[in-house]
This record gives sequence, structure tokens and C-alpha cells, in this order.
Amino acid sequence: MSKRVALEASHAVAEAARMANVDVISAYPITPQTHIPERLAEMVADGELNAAYIPVESEHSAMSACLGAAAIGARTFTATAGPGLEYMHNVLYVAPSMRLPVVMTVANRALSAPISIWGDHSDVMAVRDTGWIQVFCQNSQEAFDLTIWAFRVGEDRSVLFPVMVHLDGFPLSHVVEPMFLPGQADVDRFLPRFQYPYPLDPDRPMTHGALGPPDIYSEAKLAQEMALQESRNVILQAWKEFEDVFGRRYSPVEEYRTEGAETLLLAMGSYTETAKIVIDQRRDHGEAIGLISIRLWRPFPYEELRRAVKGAGRLIVFDRCISFGMGGPVFSEVRSALYDEDRRPKVVGFVGGLGGRDVPEKEFGYLIDRGKEVADRGSDRMMETVGIR
Amino acid sequence: MKTQEAKRKSVKFADGEVTTTEFLAEGHNFCTGCGESLGIRMALKALGENVIAVNATGCAEVCTTPLPYTSWRIPWIHTLFENVGAVVSGVEVGLKILVSKGRIEDRGIKCVAMGGDGATSDIGLQALSGAFERGHDFLYICWDNEAYMNTGIQRSSATPYGAATTTAPAGKQSIGQITRKKNMPAIAAAHDIPYVATASPSYRMDLMKKIKKGAETEGPAYVHVLVPCPTGWRHGGEVTIELGKLAVQTGIFPLYEIENGRYKLNADPPELKPVKEYLKMQGRYRHLSDADIEKIQAMVNADYARLKEKVAASSASS
Repeated sequence: MSKRVALEASHAVAEAARMANVDVISAYPITPQTHIPERLAEMVADGELNAAYIPVESEHSAMSACLGAAAIGARTFTATAGPGLEYMHNVLYVAPSMRLPVVMTVANRALSAPISIWGDHSDVMAVRDTGWIQVFCQNSQEAFDLTIWAFRVGEDRSVLFPVMVHLDGFPLSHVVEPMFLPGQADVDRFLPRFQYPYPLDPDRPMTHGALGPPDIYSEAKLAQEMALQESRNVILQAWKEFEDVFGRRYSPVEEYRTEGAETLLLAMGSYTETAKIVIDQRRDHGEAIGLISIRLWRPFPYEELRRAVKGAGRLIVFDRCISFGMGGPVFSEVRSALYDEDRRPKVVGFVGGLGGRDVPEKEFGYLIDRGKEVADRGSDRMMETVGIR
Repeated sequence: MKTQEAKRKSVKFADGEVTTTEFLAEGHNFCTGCGESLGIRMALKALGENVIAVNATGCAEVCTTPLPYTSWRIPWIHTLFENVGAVVSGVEVGLKILVSKGRIEDRGIKCVAMGGDGATSDIGLQALSGAFERGHDFLYICWDNEAYMNTGIQRSSATPYGAATTTAPAGKQSIGQITRKKNMPAIAAAHDIPYVATASPSYRMDLMKKIKKGAETEGPAYVHVLVPCPTGWRHGGEVTIELGKLAVQTGIFPLYEIENGRYKLNADPPELKPVKEYLKMQGRYRHLSDADIEKIQAMVNADYARLKEKVAASSASS
């Protein structure tokens, strides 16, 4: 039995971790992630959640403790943001390489310098190659749903990869929204107990994290890549089961009013919702425009993306990060993904919304108009920007 | 629970019983005469099989686990260089909560973490300090060979004054290491943890007793083991044990325990041997002049006197 409640997205995530019955939470405070571990610590202190909370001394240790806890077979959760995510960078690679299914929420935040506690996607993009399964949330409901789903996917015996759930710091992490909270029985039905197949156990001594000499390292890495690609099946299956149990449908690439669209806008995370308003307005005025949103960032949804842009002449990609010396990272990945298509849209990249800069409806209006212009007539700029003086 | 260990053979060895089971399998890649491999072998005998080990990157990890081989007959995990204190925190906490939830049988599994001097006193110090402060129930063993030996003898904060290393070489303008060895046992003790000790593979029963005691201590325990390194110290592998003894007999590396803040010397020779005997056997000190050696002798005398003051203060207050 689900009930309709108003929850801050951060608290929705904490609620999801509670209903997933996590065993170990290991976290270090960093704005704008703090409401998640605070709420979890409170639940543990009040006995609402039978879990151990490790108040570690850094993000590096937060992730490292998660590795140890996961390796003994505990369901393990953490959350971080921006600089914290980068501080654990070295450890991030280890979790998927050792097939340890940690779930982590990232309240996306800009990186220093200048120091900024506000949001953008620089933190995500810097860790995109670490081997984690990664998804973006648009609202509180998704923050809850995708956290539950993350445990289900990551802990699947054929997957055993960590999962990062991205929510925009502040515009999403700190926003109170109405959402449906499912009953515990439904969560239990969807999410079986974690049974790590290779726990640290004196009865079955195993060596975890051995040295990979050159004659074995390449094969180990290829095997990891194959396993991540294959996790796609479980990702899709879990979303199908999620729909069966909870009635909400998720897909790797969300398509919004894309029927017959000549122009498509591509956004990720919470800004997808602002973009939808603009798309509605323009559709109502007869403009053949639609929106796509990449929800599954890793493994990259090539097939779904190619399908979603079929028939469109222009694709305008909105990045909230600069890959210095290269432009927008999502833009370059998307354009590369479409390169082999016989009929592909002209792809135009915009960068904006950095370090908490708001991108309101009218800026999306500019982005669309300017994007169409550049797509049709070309531009000598390496990178288009929106909302930047 | 398995009771194999009890059934396994043990032998009388000096003043105690030691299992004949080898938990560190033969065929590893440690150098001939390596003090660390001896220490690990003894420590594992003392710990038995009801243990989970967390290891830092370093000689021990590289020499024992080239895929697809392993020398570890106990559950063992290595992730990175700098995070052992945090990984063992996760293991210990995970173990405790899963035991409390009835998903792991309650049979007193011990958690042990280990790393070299670099992993302990340099890059991993923050993670270790956090683990001490949080009071996790684990034993940390520092295998101190006084430099980054695995990467090629670079200086660490545990390298003693006057030793030549590849990044603090002796030259016309330098004596080599110009700084004093970081006092890691004192740092561990400053966390008010219940058990801190120093040990040496040259004093086998003492080492094994301390490892066992550390593992059985409730809360964090720290054992700092000085392990001669023929490759880095530049001495023959046949003198490893002798050097370990001389380190103790000269007062350069005294054997002591700090139990609940109280210092106790485990070996207090009536007269310390001159440090020269120890230094002269090692190529890393080859460049030292008599004046340099005198300076080191004075440092050791002062350090030893300070340690004895702490011991005296501890026994006076008992």
C-alpha cells in the first residue's frame, strides 16, 4: 500500500535506504548531500533502522569502509557530492573492479576553484569512466525509486557492480515534493536480501584484490567491461519488475513529446523538468520539438539514444559541465554515439548552469532558438553557452 | 565453527606453543632474508584461522598475490595503499551488524589490518587515525622496514636520521635522511587505544604474544614491528635476525608495550650496545662519519632515556 507524502528528495533517498534495510552506512558530511546521512543517522539513533552508521573522517574513507562492509556481505550505502566524490576518486575504481555493489547517492555539485557549494555536473563527468552504473533523477519520486532499484540491480548476482544515483544538488536535493511512498511489503517483494557470493569468511578463505600482472590485467579489465555491458539486461529487467510492483515506468532514455519532432533537446537530471515546460509551450504553438533525457548514463544507452533521435534533424545538447579543452562532455559522447548513423541529426552543444547558475525557462528558449540557428547555419564557436555573461 | 585449528599440531617453541600450520603459503616472492615475511608468518600463526586480514598496497601484497596465485590461507582483502584503516573499519562494522542480525555466526572472528611504514605513518595515517578514534575492534600491524622498499627504497617518515635512500641519498651536501623517524607507536597511543606494542621477528615469542594480545584486545590495538630489509638496508639476508636483535640491544628499537596508557619495557638490557655495531652492518649507513655516528648515539640515548622515564612514571603510578 503506497501513500502520498511530501518529502525532500534527500529524505526520500534516506527513506529508500531505510526501506532497503541497509546494513552499513558510511558517510562524511558535504553540502549539499548532508540531509541524507543526517536523516539516516537519526533513523539509526532512533532505532527506526537496524544498521551501523560509520562516521568516517573523509570521503576517501567513506568509500573505503563501504568496500570492506560490502566484502563481508553487508548491504552498504553512502552519499557524497562534488569535491567529496573527487576525493574518493581512487577508491571509486576499486568498487566495480572488485565487484562490490555499493549504492551511492551523489548530490551533484561543482568543483573547486573557485569553491562553490552549488550544483552542476562536473563531479559526475569526472567519474564517468570509473565503472559504476550511473543514473540521473529528475524529482523526489525518482530519487526514491532509483535508490531502491540501485540495490536491486547492483546486488544481482550476475551484475555485482556499484551504482551511483545522481540528484542535482539544491534544485533537487533540497526540494520538498509530493511523492508516493510504497509499503514495506512491496519493497521487500522487489528487493531480495543481499547475498554476496564471495564474502570474507574464515571458512572459505579467499584472496580479494590481488595483483594483476601484465599477462592478466587486460583480460580482467575486458571481463569487467563485458560484465558492465551485460548488466544492461538486468537493468532493463529490474525496471520492468519495478513497473509490475510499483506501477511506475523507467527507461534508459526518456522521450518526451518526440513524435514527429524535427528538433530535439537533450537534458539530464532535474533540468529535464524545466525543459518539459518549455517543450509544452512550444508544442502548443505548433513547433515540432521534443525532449529526450538520458537517465542511464552508464552503461551508455547507445541503442535507446539512436532510436530516440531517429527522424529528427537537430539535436541540442545541454551540458552542465565543461570538459576543459573539449567542450561539453555529454555533447561529445552523444555526437560520437550517433556518428555511424546513416541519417543523424545535426548535433549542437551548449554549456550552462554551472556552479548553481539557474537556467530558467527563458534561457531554454534561447538555447532552442540559438541551437536551431547553429544547426542550420553553422557557427565558428567551439562551444555555445547559455546564461553565461 | 570449524575446530581444525585445535586439532592441528603445535610444537613447543621456546617458552610457548606454536602451531605448525603455515597460514602464509610457501612460494611467495619476498626477497631472501626478508624480515617482513618472517614477521607475517609468525603473526599469522599467532592469529590462527578465525581471522580476516586487510592489507595495504606494498611488498606484502605484491609478493603474495600475483594473480592467479595467492599465499594467504586466511580470508584476505587488499584494495589500495592509503585506506587500510577505513577498509578494516567497514569489515569490522559489517561483521558486527551481520552477526547481530544473525546472518553471520557469532564465533569471535578477529579483524587484522596491516601495512608497511609508508602505508601506516604517511599515506594511510588519516584513515588509521579515524579507525583508532572510532574505536573499532581490530588489530593493526605496521611492518616497518623504514622506507618505501616496494617502489625502490624511497624515504618515508619512518626512515631514520642518517639513512641513505633513493630520494634522500647521501651526498656531498647531505647525510641522507635529515629528519627524525616519526614516532608512530606514540601517535597510536595518543588516540588512547587500549593496546600498543613494538615487536621484532628476532624475538619470536614476544612478537607472537603481542600479536595475539593485540587481536584479543577489545577495541583498537597497534603493534609496530621493525623488519630488516636486506634490499633496502643493504645487508646480507643471513644477518636479518642478528640485525633485528641489535636494533633492540642498542636501544634503537626498544621492545615495549603501552597498555591503557601505561608503558612497560619488555627487554631492558643492563647496558645498551653501541649503535655503531648496528649501523656498521648496513650499507644505508655506509657514508656516516664517526661524528655522525656519535650524533646518532646521542639521539638514541636521549630517546631511550625518555622512554624509560615513561616506563618509570607508569610503574610509579601503579
